[in-house]
Amino acid sequence: MRLYHITTNTASSVALADIPVVEYVDLYNDLKERLADSRYHVAHYFAQEIENGLKFYIIILDDTRSEVLISSFEPDYYTRGLASLTAIHPQFHPFEREIHELYGVPFDQHPWLKPLRFSHDRRDKQSTMDSYPFYSIEGDELHEVNVGPIHAGIIEPGAFRFICNGEQVLHLEIALGYQHRGVEGEMVRNQNRLRQTLIAESVAGDTAIGHATAYAELIEKLAGKTISSDLKRERTVAIELERIAMHIADTGALATDIGFQLYQVACEALRTMTINTTQAWCGNRFGKSMIRPLGTNHPLTVEKIEMIRNNVREIRRRYNEVRCDILEAPTLLARFEQCGLVPTAEMASIGGVGMAARSSNLRRDIRATHPSGYYAEEFKHEPVMKSHGDVMSRLQTRMDEVLQSADYVERLLSTYTPSEKLPAPDYNAPLAPDSLSFSLVEGWRGEICHVAVTDSEGNIAKYKIKDPSLHNWLGLAIAVRSEGISDFPINNKSFNLSYCGHDL
Amino acid sequence: MIFGKAKILRSHGWQYIPDLKNVTLTEEFRGFPILTDTTDKSDVERAAAICPTGAITTSPLTLDMGKCLFCGECAKCAPKNIRFTNNYRMAATKREDLVVKVGQTEPTFDRSAIRPEIAKFFGKALQLREVSAAGDASIEMELGATGNVNFDFGRYGVGFTASPRHADGLVLTGPISRNMAEALDICYNAIAEPKILVVCGSEAVSGGLYSDSPAVDRSFLDRYRVDLWLPGAPTHPMCFIDGIMRLREKK
Repeated sequence: MRLYHITTNTASSVALADIPVVEYVDLYNDLKERLADSRYHVAHYFAQEIENGLKFYIIILDDTRSEVLISSFEPDYYTRGLASLTAIHPQFHPFEREIHELYGVPFDQHPWLKPLRFSHDRRDKQSTMDSYPFYSIEGDELHEVNVGPIHAGIIEPGAFRFICNGEQVLHLEIALGYQHRGVEGEMVRNQNRLRQTLIAESVAGDTAIGHATAYAELIEKLAGKTISSDLKRERTVAIELERIAMHIADTGALATDIGFQLYQVACEALRTMTINTTQAWCGNRFGKSMIRPLGTNHPLTVEKIEMIRNNVREIRRRYNEVRCDILEAPTLLARFEQCGLVPTAEMASIGGVGMAARSSNLRRDIRATHPSGYYAEEFKHEPVMKSHGDVMSRLQTRMDEVLQSADYVERLLSTYTPSEKLPAPDYNAPLAPDSLSFSLVEGWRGEICHVAVTDSEGNIAKYKIKDPSLHNWLGLAIAVRSEGISDFPINNKSFNLSYCGHDL
Repeated sequence: MIFGKAKILRSHGWQYIPDLKNVTLTEEFRGFPILTDTTDKSDVERAAAICPTGAITTSPLTLDMGKCLFCGECAKCAPKNIRFTNNYRMAATKREDLVVKVGQTEPTFDRSAIRPEIAKFFGKALQLREVSAAGDASIEMELGATGNVNFDFGRYGVGFTASPRHADGLVLTGPISRNMAEALDICYNAIAEPKILVVCGSEAVSGGLYSDSPAVDRSFLDRYRVDLWLPGAPTHPMCFIDGIMRLREKK
């Protein structure tokens, strides 16, 4: 029996009729075995309300063969419940928790069936932010520390509850949901595609280009249209600039947290230079308005190409000076090395993605494993890999990726003369009816996955967004176990996960 | 090692903007819009129809900067009617002053709406507590940038504190998610009087894309007086710096 529809990240959207509707038990038995191999991981898993119940969709990525496996099922969950996949593969935990929170679907044997984000449309309205069921341990020697939801710095809200034995963290639990804005609901409430693009840009404002690219690629697949190689190239420059800016910002933030002012201020200045480059291109420091479906309002000109190349060359040169000095700074290394370890096996079991996974020697990089856009053309991306899985590895991955991305920008632009005029955005192209479309984009944090299901008229009936943070928050909780609580800030910065991207 | 540090210092030189009152942003930056009326309304009608936050009215032609996300699409639809300038001085002391009218060449900043105690108490030092209530992180990063090595707003005695108990006012970002509404209220009330309230970013000013979302609760803004409204998505650090400086000026 066929369990999956097999496709790729460059193929067009899939007709719903082509996605097999299977028995949950068969899918469960297959995934139990399949996901034991870390070449596979879950990219998305969600339910859609249909007449008389729910239809579940599951998207699995095969990194070795660059294939995407899609399956669906319509179970009789009210009477029997579903056997939890989280019990075997913890990477399912946020997905099953979300489905449980929204629809009350019971998952038997789920070890941690807690609310995920307290969505406004959750099933159990009695369950509120204030009553989050934090894990606790009895013991006279232990104490608990609560941080948040409002943090000391100018950052987004989220609650962290530590259980400590003296200075040592035994357990950290992260309660999120404070940032919940109803993003996925707003995506379908109004079919204005400019509005949808802006919502995508606001999913996580520090990844505006990443999420807008995911939205644009998804729409282009549904519209059955391809974009020109030049437009793909310009989008790639944009997303690599975003990666450079944020990795530099995090290098500076890590330096701040150990009081290393020189690196902090150098990185602040370099990030300013990077985002001002983006601003001089499209008018916004975060690249909002840069990415639009099927076209662009900000095509590159010869002058802008020169400006970007000069700035990026200078940023690379100066950043490399900081990088070389960091690698020789004993006080910094003493804090970052062997701190906040996440071993490869653990990273794989929680479904870790992006630069955090690569720092734990887990090769997860959509640009290499499921390339789309310009990465799928004559662009062989080789991911930066680090093996220690500590704070230093996560910093080194960032540092190497800044140089790599700067080289990519140079490579993409030095051989580029904008020849034909790039088209203006198209917000009205008809979309394939009764179809499922997904997009996978490697943002600076990692794998962004957007999924849309259209109705019989070609309107978007269901829109699901996954920021890489959804997978990686658990990685942070694991990293700080048995570390001193004073090392929490550097661990937190080494991941720098999104609150709004998680809470949606 | 010491060579490495000297090299970094030499490469970077002085980074701060010498005069924060005299800054010009790149031409590409979309700030204060200038509106022009035409007899043919078809372009502005298309612009108003596509505007993601309904910031544009066509008769009379107005653009509400408190709703605008500065995506620039309306200026593409109606280039004869709407033009974004690089003027970042968009702060307003009254919400209605953010609505731009035809022929207006400068943003409205009504000094008469500023409470006299602001200059008296906060003219020399102003410490703020930022609360993000579903802000998308870009705006929080811009507020963080106001204190960085380039903008260095600290030289004017303005900074951000960790505790509301140490703060002279609150800066609100984000459309105010229902899940943050209570924490925001508690934080505001933990700040001693006299205090100021700054609403930063179009999403905070009007709710932006989320103004009708069932997941937001904006009743906080009905209960408390706002001293400064700052548009933008996100608000540019210079817009924030300029607004705060003018709010604190002695008359």
